[in-house]
Amino acid sequence: MRYLPLTEADRRSMLAAIRVSSVDDLFRDVPKAARLPGPIQGLTNHMGELEVERALSAMAGRNLPAGSVPSFLGAGSYRHHVPATVDHLVQRGEFLTAYTPYQPEVSQGTLQVLFEFQTQVALLTGMDVANASMYDGATACAEAVMMANRVTRRKKAILSGGLHPHYRDTTTTDARFIGFEAVALPPAPKGGEDLMALVDADTSCVVVQNPDVFGHVRDYTALAQMCQAKGALLIVVVTEAMSLGLLTPPGEMGADIVAAEGQSLGNALNFGGPYVGLFAVKDKYVRQMPGRLCGQTVDADGRRGFVLTLSTREQHIRREKATSNICTNAGLCALAFSIHLSLLGEEGFTQLARLNHAKAGQLADRLSGVKGVEILNDTFFNEFTVKLPRPAAEVVEALAERRILGGVPASRLYPGELDDLLLVAATETNTEADMDAFATALSEVLS
Amino acid sequence: MSMNSQGRPTNISGADIRSSNSAVPDTVTGNRGLQIEEPLIFEQDSPGRCGVDLPEVPAMAMRLGTVKPRARVGLPGLAEPQVVRHYTRLSQKNYAIDSGLYPLGSCTMKHNPRLNEKMARLPGFSDVHPLQPESTVQGALELMAELGRWLATLTGMAAVTLAPAAGAHGEMCGIMAIRAAHDAKGETGRTKILVPESAHGTNPATAAACGYTVEAIPGTEDGRVDLEALKAKLGPDVAGLMLTNPNTCGLFERDIITIAEAVHAAGAYFYCDGANFNAIVGRVRPADLGIDVMHINLHKTFSTPHGGGGPGSGPVVFAESLAPYVPVPYVVQEADGRFRLVEHAGEGPAFGRMKAFHGQMGMFVRALSYMMSHGADGLWQVASDAVLNANYLLASLQDVMTPSFDGPCMHECLFDDRFLKGTGVTTLDIAKALIDEGFHPMTMYFPLVVHGALLIEPTETESKAGLDQFITALRALAERAKSGDVEYFQAAPHLTPRRRLDETAAARKPILRWTPEREEAVAAE
Repeated sequence: MRYLPLTEADRRSMLAAIRVSSVDDLFRDVPKAARLPGPIQGLTNHMGELEVERALSAMAGRNLPAGSVPSFLGAGSYRHHVPATVDHLVQRGEFLTAYTPYQPEVSQGTLQVLFEFQTQVALLTGMDVANASMYDGATACAEAVMMANRVTRRKKAILSGGLHPHYRDTTTTDARFIGFEAVALPPAPKGGEDLMALVDADTSCVVVQNPDVFGHVRDYTALAQMCQAKGALLIVVVTEAMSLGLLTPPGEMGADIVAAEGQSLGNALNFGGPYVGLFAVKDKYVRQMPGRLCGQTVDADGRRGFVLTLSTREQHIRREKATSNICTNAGLCALAFSIHLSLLGEEGFTQLARLNHAKAGQLADRLSGVKGVEILNDTFFNEFTVKLPRPAAEVVEALAERRILGGVPASRLYPGELDDLLLVAATETNTEADMDAFATALSEVLS
Repeated sequence: MSMNSQGRPTNISGADIRSSNSAVPDTVTGNRGLQIEEPLIFEQDSPGRCGVDLPEVPAMAMRLGTVKPRARVGLPGLAEPQVVRHYTRLSQKNYAIDSGLYPLGSCTMKHNPRLNEKMARLPGFSDVHPLQPESTVQGALELMAELGRWLATLTGMAAVTLAPAAGAHGEMCGIMAIRAAHDAKGETGRTKILVPESAHGTNPATAAACGYTVEAIPGTEDGRVDLEALKAKLGPDVAGLMLTNPNTCGLFERDIITIAEAVHAAGAYFYCDGANFNAIVGRVRPADLGIDVMHINLHKTFSTPHGGGGPGSGPVVFAESLAPYVPVPYVVQEADGRFRLVEHAGEGPAFGRMKAFHGQMGMFVRALSYMMSHGADGLWQVASDAVLNANYLLASLQDVMTPSFDGPCMHECLFDDRFLKGTGVTTLDIAKALIDEGFHPMTMYFPLVVHGALLIEPTETESKAGLDQFITALRALAERAKSGDVEYFQAAPHLTPRRRLDETAAARKPILRWTPEREEAVAAE
């Protein structure tokens, strides 16, 4: 077996050193009835690289890669071009195969990356401080609500109908088991919610998304001020991090916490994971944050260095009194995010965001020319909602048969509802030819 | 230098330590050969410079309504070669499993095969959107089903969820399932979860997060759960037991079947923390031990890379007793052979969603690639060699260090700091001195049940020659500590890109991001 360095001779001499006659003797504390007599039944035996590649490539071949056809899917996961440098650097073994940087003297690489990542996230969101990443955007959203509950000592969250339903459901699952109230508003494809009317003395936070799941872009400054007046926190969720290169950031609107998905930068679609949750707050809430934090300090020679810090919030120190049970973060995905953003820089990031916006504008113009199609949005970043004369799920299937991935039917996210709505995204990866092909195919399917 | 309770320096006198390092010449740049000082990326900014070439943005009317385009983000501008060099230099300041032995107890730092990286990057897996029509992702769903089958077979369990994003997330999932099952039976009076004192911090944190009161179970002299104390705490108010097995002392809980029977007799469920599954994978099925629910860290036992702290993946396996209480989504295979994803909880006992989309797919591919490479016979050998390596270390070190308990151990061996008594050298000092010898330290000060713990997990992917070198180094350090060379240890590590870091100062006045203002203020001082 190619991954196991011990030879039979090694094993014999080691058993002799331990003074046992066989490895079985080392398992003597396992109840006899539970010891298997030999390799487990029902599984194949070891395989060479070639055989594994063959089997897994066959499975991969039964999927349609989004990049092989015109693709317009978004709804919380976006196909952007990732520079070759990113994947090369994240595969350096010193990043890929290191553990959590608990021993800072031999982890300054990971730690400096995290410090820079935290700074980048704070800059993008317009917030004071960010943590070293969360599992994904949805879990970051749920943790943000629980943090707001801790800060305000209240237990009721108001979730906008524009919040991605997976984020909503992740939060309501926690609400059920952890014990708080999450009031989720019905989906609002055209907006028009009166969130403030629902805020009362028990409300810990209001959760909105920008752009929302239907693509609308809003200024939440007034909502932030009203929340503050009533002692509730405003949590702004961002599922498309690219939008932060163009829109007024949530921090400037007055958000108390930003919970975002960072996949768009540096990370492939990966069928939904692993992604990277971004979590940023105002300075005054730092000690209530979940997750790991990296901080600057000095070493014994007085030189700048970095360590994990404020760990007295965390489970390995506080156990049942921790702010969260979270241990793992999304380190490698955060690294990919960071490298991509470093390559883009100020100029590249803001230009790429504008390019996305322009592409979506071009797509909206084309689709609005298709008979029977109505664009619901007055505003959007790179994603919008269209109303179709037929159930969107059927239309998407028919488009897939024509080898076009034509968006996400709203009913996929809201079963039994919003049948005629389709969420459509465009990024820098979509060419004008892609858009023409989409519009033509949609026109054929609908006629 | 004074020390806090964990032996960490609280007051550092730089001058003393520098003098101990006088053999290393000063350089003009501060670089030391291959160790190159690297400024923050923000300190390498040249406005207007960019590491990508993008097309012109077509002229267009913005469709942002009342939202203003932002003026500035504040990111630095670098060209591609600078970015490559920045991250390459940073990477060289990390220890990694690719560099050498990484014997962190309870973390299972084993070799990460590159085949798995290659497989995860096949466009058919990496370039697939989670919300594509099911007809276009049959292979992805098949992979999830196949991974689930391997995990169910290896554990003997009835049901699997792949949704949780990490081990602690899996724990949360398992405790939620226990709660959902009690709720379904109307048993709302069960408010306690029992957790042994030796447990990982995530266990009590998870139980408490789910609204349970945590009751600690003491251990016995031989490092196991005190069965009588456990039985005394079991009652109609107990929802479940969370137990790690093999436990965090590296020992197998001999009474586990009796424990399971007692837990079940009290109407509670048995949660097993599967962090240490590597010790028994392919040789013992957790279902045969009476376990109801267990999470599995794909990033430990099944070798998906730790990536400097994540991403992880924490599938959970369920016995029949809890099989209905799973989160969404999950994959089912229809009679016609097609795979379908159940994404919404609906009316059944399945509970809600725990994250967006379908789990850590990239990790699923790597883990299945690892499992198929090993096969049933290879996994048997994995557990055998992991346990053999740990026992070899125990046998080779027990005369100079102090094992906390009698062997055999399982996949990791635990020592305490009695062998350092009277030397002035601490567990932390030994760990830091090991760094100078070219090894990553073991887990220190965990588990909490022994004093100054040193928990060593070599894994099966270490050679005997590698272990022998580690043994030689550790024996020499133990002897050196006993010979009274305390200053050497307190100043260690001597040879790293940074010496000991002032963690107290970091926590007292947290600096959690770079700001141009702060840098200017420092420069002006």
